[in-house]
Amino acid sequence: MTAPFDLTDDSVVVVIGTGAGGGVLANELAQKGVSVVALEAGGRHLPEDFVNDEWASFGQLAWVDPRTTSGDWRVAKDFSGLPAWIVKSVGGTTQHWAGASLRFQDHEWKAATTYGNVQGASLLDWPIDAAEMAPWYSKAEDKLGVTRTGDRPGLPGNNNYKVFEKGAKALGYEQVHTGRMAINSDDNRDRAMCQQTGFCFQGCKWGAKWSAGYVDIPEGEATGNLEVRSQSHVARILHNDAGKVTGVEYFDSDGNLQMQKARVVCVAGNSFESPRMLLNSASSMFPDGLANSSGQVGRNYMRHMTGSVYATFDKPVKMWRGTTMAGIIQDESRHDPSRGFVGGYELETLALGLPFMAAFLDPGAWGREFTSALDAYENMAGMWIVGEDMPQETNRVTLNHDVTDQYGLPVVNVHFDDHPNDIAMRNHAYQQGQAVYDAVGATRTFPTPPYPSTHNLGTNRMSANARDGVVNKWGQTHDIENLFISDGSQFTTGAAENPTLTIVALAIRQADHLASELSKGNL
Amino acid sequence: MGTITDPKGLTRRQLLSRSTAAGASFVVGAGFLAAPNAAWAMETTVLKPETFATLVQMARDIYPHDKVGDEFYVMAVKGYDTADAAPGIEAGIAALDAAAQGHGFGGYLDTGWERDRVDILRGMENSAFFQQIRGGLVTGLYNQKAVWPIFGYEGSSFEFGGYIDRGFDDINWL
Repeated sequence: MTAPFDLTDDSVVVVIGTGAGGGVLANELAQKGVSVVALEAGGRHLPEDFVNDEWASFGQLAWVDPRTTSGDWRVAKDFSGLPAWIVKSVGGTTQHWAGASLRFQDHEWKAATTYGNVQGASLLDWPIDAAEMAPWYSKAEDKLGVTRTGDRPGLPGNNNYKVFEKGAKALGYEQVHTGRMAINSDDNRDRAMCQQTGFCFQGCKWGAKWSAGYVDIPEGEATGNLEVRSQSHVARILHNDAGKVTGVEYFDSDGNLQMQKARVVCVAGNSFESPRMLLNSASSMFPDGLANSSGQVGRNYMRHMTGSVYATFDKPVKMWRGTTMAGIIQDESRHDPSRGFVGGYELETLALGLPFMAAFLDPGAWGREFTSALDAYENMAGMWIVGEDMPQETNRVTLNHDVTDQYGLPVVNVHFDDHPNDIAMRNHAYQQGQAVYDAVGATRTFPTPPYPSTHNLGTNRMSANARDGVVNKWGQTHDIENLFISDGSQFTTGAAENPTLTIVALAIRQADHLASELSKGNL
Repeated sequence: MGTITDPKGLTRRQLLSRSTAAGASFVVGAGFLAAPNAAWAMETTVLKPETFATLVQMARDIYPHDKVGDEFYVMAVKGYDTADAAPGIEAGIAALDAAAQGHGFGGYLDTGWERDRVDILRGMENSAFFQQIRGGLVTGLYNQKAVWPIFGYEGSSFEFGGYIDRGFDDINWL
């Protein structure tokens, strides 16, 4: 049978979400001959639709349905209704991501063993390790066309990188380069070469950056095995008396409730929406939500220890020109408790346009201390900090029954408190980042607080033992054999690296496993 | 334009002189505001002109950029000149003037130095009114494409082929 599929076709795999997890999984399954219906809350936005305009693009792509926040993290104060900066579109947040594609370090798969007992943290080793993941990482790097892997050269350094590199070298940092990026650095590929346009976050108009939205989804659709239903917002996942899932109820693009039957359901709606769907699917058989016998659904929300450092100089930098994040210092990503914290962090170049700089440099600030910084916008350089944050059981996504979305469904509340290890690491990173720019003659430096989260992890974490998490090493829920989690919510721990490459590698691996199990008749 | 009397009985000349003392550069009349250099002009439809003039000054004091002309601040707050928004703005500006009187000035525009106005604003920065104006300015001021070149920001680049041949790596002082 080929797409489109009937609502009553119970032979299909339903994938919810089409980002780095769901979009890749849907394509990989389709390539293997599995019939897939992908339900995507957002619409279709292709490179020709993207705009080089920060706020206009935000309006086009961002997920702005209501959410609420609590906890001591500064995002809850500065952006109380917008805990995450993620995308509602076919392709999900791969439309917006910067392209940084880093493998976990070996020890990061074994955070509990490596870091030992960290008070207040719910650290756990992953049930998989670096050796298990190495071949899947290679497939992911080939799919995404990651620079500095295979025979792919690195991107050239832009102005922002040159400032960053000079400061890094002055400090003695050695692992400094233009990054491993899912952005084409030459003309010899099936995607265009990077034209140094900037606006990577607004969707790459050249298609030089990999996105599931215009790479994997069309590939999958070309097989005839994948049907993508956009503007389809999932309400809940249904199950039978045997405790197996049987289908998915969703609101279609006209707002009508539909039900798609399914043989297997794979949830990939990001670390907020995935647990939300499981919790909103509570029934008399599963009163605490699907796959939640452990009570772990929604817990251990991680967002990476983040922050930024901007600096002004006495001469122009024009940081907005060129690739947004093609620059990295990796020396601090090691685990070295002598610095006063466990785990490590990466420093990566980052540029914002004037409109977003005004919104994010120091949210809520006003007066000349703030505006004199913007006066020097042309002379500004910037970097982003991304490090491993500690999983905590109390950092969690829960349903907020007092607030509903446009479909009448309870929204999520996102509670997050920084762990002392997160704070110690952030302060260290601020110091190092400021030192990088001071070494190049910065006139002022700005330790900028975290933005709404783009790296949303945990909340359905992977565990060897069913009592410790929600899914097993295949992303299969411990409780329901035909219900899988396929996004970053599976992450047991966050590691220091940008998560997309790992989400993609896990999705390719999961597709391989699922297709095998389906062909054996085990699901 | 002849001498126009505002609702408080001040002449246009008095209003202008008061505004000038505060560093603002408005010609204010009944429902009409203009820059003396004719860089911009607008008529208020709902807000009192002096309320609007005070609001523009407040906007500049929150996000002061000496190289950004008044017309951009006017543009950033003119959206409050509507029937829905005006009552809250009139009340907020009245509170601002009252706060200025508490600091010993006749009103917000009667202050001499920016630092005096900043002191007044600091005292009300947690108010809903202040946060409404400040929050609105983040996009109202900085998302005006016409303001970007003043800061050197070049905006959209795709239509020019990006920067691959236009200086993405042209830094020359390192």
